[in-house]
Amino acid sequence: MTTAHYVVLSAILFSLGVLGVLIRRNAIIVFMSVEMMLNASNLAFVAFARQAGNLDGQTIAFFVMTVAAAEVVVGLAIIMTIFRTRRSASIDEPNLLKY
Amino acid sequence: MILTSALATAATSVVAEGSTHGEVIAPSVNAAANATGTFSLIWLLLAFPILGALVLLLGGRRTNKWGHLLGTLMPIGSFVVAVMLYFAMLAQPANSRPVNQHLWDWIVVGGFNVPVALQLDQLSMVFVLLITGVGSLIHIYSISYMSNDPNRRKFFGYLNLFVAAMLLLVLADNYLLLYVGWEGVGLASYLLIGFYIYKPSAAAAAKKAFIANRVGDVGLSIAIMLMFVTFGSVTFPGVLDNVSGASATTNTVIGLMLLLAACGKSAQFPLQSWLLDAMEGPTPVSALIHAATMVTAGVYLIARSNAIFDATPAARTAVIVVGSITLIMGAIIGCAKDDIKKALAGSTMSQIGYMIVAVGLGPIGYVFGIFHLLTHGFFKANMFLGAGAVMHGMHEELDMRRYGALRKVMVITFITFSCGWLAIMGVPPFAGFYSKDKIIEASFAVGWIPGLVTLLGAGVTAFYMTRLWTMTFMGKPRWTIENEHPHEAGPLMWIPMAVLAVLSVIGGFVLAWGNAIEVWLTPVVGFEHAEGPIPVPVLEGLSLGLVAIGAVIAYLQYRREVPLTPPQHVTPLTVAARNDLYGDAVNEAVFMRPGQWLTRSLVFFDNRGVDGVVNGLAATFGGLSGRMRRLQTGFARSYALTMLGGAVLIVGALFLVRL
Amino acid sequence: MNLDVIASAQVGSNGGAEIVFWVCAVIAVSGAVGMLVSRKPVHSALFVAMTMVSLAVLYLALDAPFLGMVQIIVYTGAVMMLFVFVIMIVGVDASDSLVETIRGQRWPAIAFTAGFAALLIGAIVNGLQGAPDPSLALANAADGGNVQGIARLIFTKYALAFEITSALLITAALGAVLLTHRERHTPKATQEDLSRKRFREPGHPGNLPPAGTYARHNAVDTPALLPDGSPVPESVPGPLHERGSVRPVNAGATDEVRSLAGGHTVITEDGGHVQQSDDFDNGPEAGDKP
Repeated sequence: MTTAHYVVLSAILFSLGVLGVLIRRNAIIVFMSVEMMLNASNLAFVAFARQAGNLDGQTIAFFVMTVAAAEVVVGLAIIMTIFRTRRSASIDEPNLLKY
Repeated sequence: MILTSALATAATSVVAEGSTHGEVIAPSVNAAANATGTFSLIWLLLAFPILGALVLLLGGRRTNKWGHLLGTLMPIGSFVVAVMLYFAMLAQPANSRPVNQHLWDWIVVGGFNVPVALQLDQLSMVFVLLITGVGSLIHIYSISYMSNDPNRRKFFGYLNLFVAAMLLLVLADNYLLLYVGWEGVGLASYLLIGFYIYKPSAAAAAKKAFIANRVGDVGLSIAIMLMFVTFGSVTFPGVLDNVSGASATTNTVIGLMLLLAACGKSAQFPLQSWLLDAMEGPTPVSALIHAATMVTAGVYLIARSNAIFDATPAARTAVIVVGSITLIMGAIIGCAKDDIKKALAGSTMSQIGYMIVAVGLGPIGYVFGIFHLLTHGFFKANMFLGAGAVMHGMHEELDMRRYGALRKVMVITFITFSCGWLAIMGVPPFAGFYSKDKIIEASFAVGWIPGLVTLLGAGVTAFYMTRLWTMTFMGKPRWTIENEHPHEAGPLMWIPMAVLAVLSVIGGFVLAWGNAIEVWLTPVVGFEHAEGPIPVPVLEGLSLGLVAIGAVIAYLQYRREVPLTPPQHVTPLTVAARNDLYGDAVNEAVFMRPGQWLTRSLVFFDNRGVDGVVNGLAATFGGLSGRMRRLQTGFARSYALTMLGGAVLIVGALFLVRL
Repeated sequence: MNLDVIASAQVGSNGGAEIVFWVCAVIAVSGAVGMLVSRKPVHSALFVAMTMVSLAVLYLALDAPFLGMVQIIVYTGAVMMLFVFVIMIVGVDASDSLVETIRGQRWPAIAFTAGFAALLIGAIVNGLQGAPDPSLALANAADGGNVQGIARLIFTKYALAFEITSALLITAALGAVLLTHRERHTPKATQEDLSRKRFREPGHPGNLPPAGTYARHNAVDTPALLPDGSPVPESVPGPLHERGSVRPVNAGATDEVRSLAGGHTVITEDGGHVQQSDDFDNGPEAGDKP
């Protein structure tokens, strides 16, 4: 398929990830939506790597995966810590920035 | 003010009629030479009183013991130097008498060059002698007059300050330095009128004097600015030698502005209201400042600027009109005052009106205006000092209705005062006769109205001066020895009075002998012999007749009963005169009330308008931010939504641009 | 090998590549949608895993075999399982309700997202028109394989990024340890303390009878029976109780147990019989039949 197909798919997945961040209240599901967005961008990288004819895009995607893994680790640790004290995993709970 | 406009139109129409042909001698002095020899001492004239003022005012209470003596020695020192300079000047030929002593360069900015330089010519010499001479006498008088005052030292400090400023005024060689002296005498006048600071009326009078002076000072500032713009210089030669190069309108405006300044300083209409209130100051102040010297500064200014006035008949007419009005006003006011000093003040106002008329007449009158200024300085100072002696003798009582028959107990005062009285009336051979009659002659030469006004003024002058003299010295005593016990003044007081009395007697005669004063001043101000419609002897006879009539009427009326309280059934003119011809009422109605209304409305606009705008702006922002803070819900998801909204906008914009 | 099929499908746009793309694309998108609408977080996690696997297949189709494998191993295998474990610890709670509590959040979000997607797609289609046919055959062959090519890039051109990423990983691990550390506020309970506590509290102090004693079944969800035939609730794990998947007691089984306890023989359905015994403590003996 042409590169455009893959990148359009990537755009769709990305948008769905964004929607997930905006709509769901559970912190873990929001986090998973962020992972979805990262995956979508990885797909775009790899598609463009094939388009450009070199492997740089794939290398970048590889690094993105690594960083995403590290991010998931720390993020979930934070969520667990918050859950311990608050007993709730809703991201609407901490609203101290309210006017 | 129908009177004003009538006089104005009449004067302009009539001025042209009078015949002034006769030989005209234009001012003919050479440019001022550098000051050498004796003339290098000119700066000492100023240095003495400045030193005295500094020491006395800065030295404080430490100098109380000898302060008055130092304060008196300084003007005496200046007088000695003045006499030396006079003799040195006499030795010079007439046209080379002016000398200029350059002290230092004051303002040097581009084309604007103003030095601090002193110019001594015949005109300023006359003034210097008057100021230092009469000033020294008054200083001696004050030693005794102010002996009971704890602030005597400060008084002498201020007097020295005044003498210094007045000398600077007449010795300056450019208008800007003259302005410095002008302001200085205004300041000294304020300080001295308000000398009794614990009296609210004195403070108010000082403020009034200063404010009226200020209005005149605006005129002088504008004139100086115009001079710089038109002539490129403010020195006397720079301006006066180039008058013909400027347009008639410019000259007229400058002349009118100078007239405004003179009105302020010399208490002429319409800025005359402060002079009577200025009598709140101690009597030596009234004698020195408000009789002999400061109030004559306006006359000096006009005489000095003779070239400008010679070039503008319109400004000259204005001068004559102003002088005439003031002449009559002062005379009428003086008739109705029971306070001896206020009556003398009204007289001063009137006599200066004479001088202003004289210098407004042009070359036919400059010399006589200055002549009358000199003689007036003698006899008016004399009479003020006499009034001070009377007040001291009567325990500071000012009301003439409580005087009467003081000739019996205060003999020396009576004699000296009478010399002054005869002089001011113009009785020959006393001083006033020579000067005043010449003015009347010159007025007739210019027009009927000025002539008639000055003639009538002479009669009224005789009336009110005789009234004053009679109420004070003649008639029956309205006091008792036990209660008031009036006594003669001490020697330090009557010796200066005696000196001035002698001058009142012989001063006019001496100065008119061989036309000495004419000859002396002509090279500076120019001279033209006046040929009037009425021959001189007839005029002299007329004026003497009017004087006699006025004097006799007053003597007869006030020799008899003088009620202790002012009578209530009097003519409206008397009522008006008692109220200073409603001068204060006019000032209040025209300036003070509108001014207060203006400030009140401005305050209102500031509070509502300006503050309203500012506060409204603040309230708007407060309200806006109150609405907008509701966007901060605290939910991370709504923040994410707004971020997405922004991202959509940016991507959309980029997309559109690329499209 | 599947890889060969897919690899041969790369050259030129033949039907193989198309089919792979369309199938995987549909799976991926439906996985994403499933993640969005699932009620339970575990279901969302599994849907995401599904998407990631299909993405791995797409990578394979895009001449990136190494990356595809790494996707499955690292992303799906490690990251998503980490998610599942955390869901287990955090547990179920009411925040999973799909009702939107913030006003003006759901529909504007959907609208903006749709617009965003439309813009992106428009930009992509617009920008990629007339692009030449892509192929990575040359690049992959340059170093003798895809893995070797990526390795060369990582260790030469992107060596600095590599080092920094490794530092990042270390930091992340340390951070996780630090964040989840629970400070002990009270002294750790010793065995003696635990033992005392066990005997002071009401309830059974000793070990509970393991499943199987008088048991008729050895399933975890079948409760053990006491000698009088009543089931022992503690013999079934707690979560099963909460889920309500405890098997009910079989009436026939209780009769059997009762008769056995009373010392009667019970003949089972398959013909075997159990000999009664007076000696309950000895358990089966050598002569007993099995």
